[in-house]
Amino acid sequence: MEFFRYLGAGTRESFTKLGRGSFFLISILAGISSVCVRPRLLLKQLHSVGVLSFLIITISGLFVGMVLGLQGFYILSRFGAEETLGVMVATSLVRELGPVVAALLFAGRAGSALTAEIGLMKATEQLSGMEMMAIDPIKRIISPRFLAGFLSMPLLAALFSAVGIIGGQMVGTGLLGVDDGAYWSQMQANLDFRGDIVNGVIKSIVFGFITSWIALFEGYDAIPTAEGVSRATTRTVVNSAFSILGLDFILTALMFGDN
Amino acid sequence: MQHTHTQDTLVGLFVATGIASLFFLGLQVSNLSSFSHGNTYEITARFSNSGGLKVKSAVSAAGVKIGSVKAITFDQKTYESVVKMDIDAQYKTLPDDSSASVYTAGLLGEQYVSLDGGGSDEYLKNGSKIEITNSALVLEKALGQFLFKSAEEKKATPSPTNDKKGKK
Repeated sequence: MEFFRYLGAGTRESFTKLGRGSFFLISILAGISSVCVRPRLLLKQLHSVGVLSFLIITISGLFVGMVLGLQGFYILSRFGAEETLGVMVATSLVRELGPVVAALLFAGRAGSALTAEIGLMKATEQLSGMEMMAIDPIKRIISPRFLAGFLSMPLLAALFSAVGIIGGQMVGTGLLGVDDGAYWSQMQANLDFRGDIVNGVIKSIVFGFITSWIALFEGYDAIPTAEGVSRATTRTVVNSAFSILGLDFILTALMFGDN
Repeated sequence: MQHTHTQDTLVGLFVATGIASLFFLGLQVSNLSSFSHGNTYEITARFSNSGGLKVKSAVSAAGVKIGSVKAITFDQKTYESVVKMDIDAQYKTLPDDSSASVYTAGLLGEQYVSLDGGGSDEYLKNGSKIEITNSALVLEKALGQFLFKSAEEKKATPSPTNDKKGKK
């Protein structure tokens, strides 16, 4: 009996959280128009969310591409198909690894920072202070951060894929002796702009949306204590990772299911 | 003031790099740059078997890529494969008795259409049909024929082997 009571309470709580999250999202989206009037706020957040994630994304992308080049070469050379290394590296990066790994890194690097920042603002009653001054904290604090995350994510994912492909080329043609022309031409012949690149960008837009939403909501919804903020930060990373990977499966099934 | 200026610059650099990598993906990685809208004309060829030919497979003449396959359909009346190809408009002096063949690049490579020029004075133009075609080589069929032939040869000339055995 006790078990069912816990199950029921858990269900009720997750539904109320989902409801609060949805209302929060609606007010964020409503606040976006006021961000456009003050681009300075957005620019500051683009700096802390996008520019500061730049380095980790570039370096991770380079190494992921280099590892793909090495592993791909060892497997493909068994079948005498080293020339298709470019196709393998580019397809896996553009379709899957670019959006997914960049989003996971983004959640760890920028999402956790957003949650901690907002949670601490709440704990030190800065948000209530703003309300006392008749400044809407959602319009002033939350919406610019959301928009910055939403805009940065596709750029970071594209950067990740591009750097990864160059990394794969460095290892493949520089180290392992794959023909440079074959690397690029096979890639160009087998990758489709609409089918591969645009779908990858759509994925990263969805991930940017969901990650920014989760990070900001967890911060805004955090219990305003040191422990509450720390838990909220953990929840941001865990929930973002779950939703990114889950949504990736659904999106992949929808986009690439028929071929 | 100095601080916001650096911030502006950094954000600008970030956005520029992001957009540049999107362009890189579009132009260098996928085949967007090889699109040449409008500057192509369409020709059709019928093959009894077009093998593993796909939409966007290359069409080449003398090994140079001059166009791509636009559509492959199955003709229910003649049981043939109808291949529509877009040829780049700058190659407008292909004789209209050229022949089309489906070849494979390398042993495991992609299949492509190769156009071999004929001797006619008339040129291929939009909507032309290529009459002479060679189908794709199906590996299983060719292997089967080869095995069948060598088996027949063995049957037809059993005596010399027997003789050799006998002499030894």
